[in-house]
Amino acid sequence: MSKFKKQKSGDLPAISTASLPDIVFMLLFFFMVATVMREDELKIENRLPNANQVEKLESKNKLVYIYIGKPSAQYQKTYGVTDVIQLGDKISTVQEVQTYVNTKRNDMPEDIQDQMMVSLKVDGSSKVGVLTDVKQELREAMALKINYTAKKGDPMRNLKK
Amino acid sequence: MAKRSAPEVNAGSMADIAFLLLIFFLVTTTIEVDSGIQSKLPPPIPEDTPPPPIKQKNIFQVVVNQDNRLLVENEDMEIKDLTNAAVEFLDNGGGEGRDACSYCQGDRDPASSDNPEKAVISLVNDRQATYNTYATVYNELVRAYTILRNRESSRRFNESYEDLYQRYKDWPETEKETPEYEKIESQVNEIKDLFPLKLSEAQPQER
Repeated sequence: MSKFKKQKSGDLPAISTASLPDIVFMLLFFFMVATVMREDELKIENRLPNANQVEKLESKNKLVYIYIGKPSAQYQKTYGVTDVIQLGDKISTVQEVQTYVNTKRNDMPEDIQDQMMVSLKVDGSSKVGVLTDVKQELREAMALKINYTAKKGDPMRNLKK
Repeated sequence: MAKRSAPEVNAGSMADIAFLLLIFFLVTTTIEVDSGIQSKLPPPIPEDTPPPPIKQKNIFQVVVNQDNRLLVENEDMEIKDLTNAAVEFLDNGGGEGRDACSYCQGDRDPASSDNPEKAVISLVNDRQATYNTYATVYNELVRAYTILRNRESSRRFNESYEDLYQRYKDWPETEKETPEYEKIESQVNEIKDLFPLKLSEAQPQER
């Protein structure tokens, strides 16, 4: 004399969700492994161009990032709408590039200091002028190994508006 | 009385926890670009150094103007034709005697470059040109070198330069003392020396 009636057999049995956690975990692990945490928070637009002559970058500890591009919408009031340079987390001037690179280099372990590479992440629609100034500063700072960071893809796609 | 077994932990909320984590990672993930075109800047030179003597015929002049148009050797050119023009210039091998180039397969036009060792590509860009154009032009010029290196590498080692270089780069860190590694290193350097990447980026003209 149970309180509950036995369910009528003949109903569709509920789909077992016991394997759902497994599936989700699988996805979770995939994303955990594939995730590369961003080094810096970008305050500028940064759509990298495509190129097919790319090589893989050096390991992270040898890299110094320099970003160039227009400030993103919420920063345009402060920094204007022309191309700016972002070093680390903050928007900087060309004159600060040398100091920044030298500081970064000194923070590296001594044996890999000469293998330092500067990764130039330049927005595709920005003007080359700023980049040229930055390169001039890098020469002065003796940071000669540089890398125009680009996505692997068809370079002709860059030119389409 | 039956032995009491430990009560089973309810795992029903496991999925919820996992979903929470999953969504967190989905949101925070930005797949970082970790590839790019390698380049090397020239070291700073003292102000009063005279420019090195280079014969005009050994210079391949590429100019990008403010409207992203291309001027190659004083002629208008589309970017898609740039690689072929550069290959032709580098591979010309017009030199004679000491400057002769034994592996070049070009036209041997005396008005073009002597040999790949002497040939310099000079890229001048206007400050107002966009980076997209600049990157594409730079990429196309590097591609010209890659084409020639691939050709020479296939002829000598039966393996394209890109594959060779990839193998060289991926060599396990622990096995760098082996003769195989030294062999591949010397092969890569040999090809690099045949077509040294001489891409000069001059100061852009002020406007």
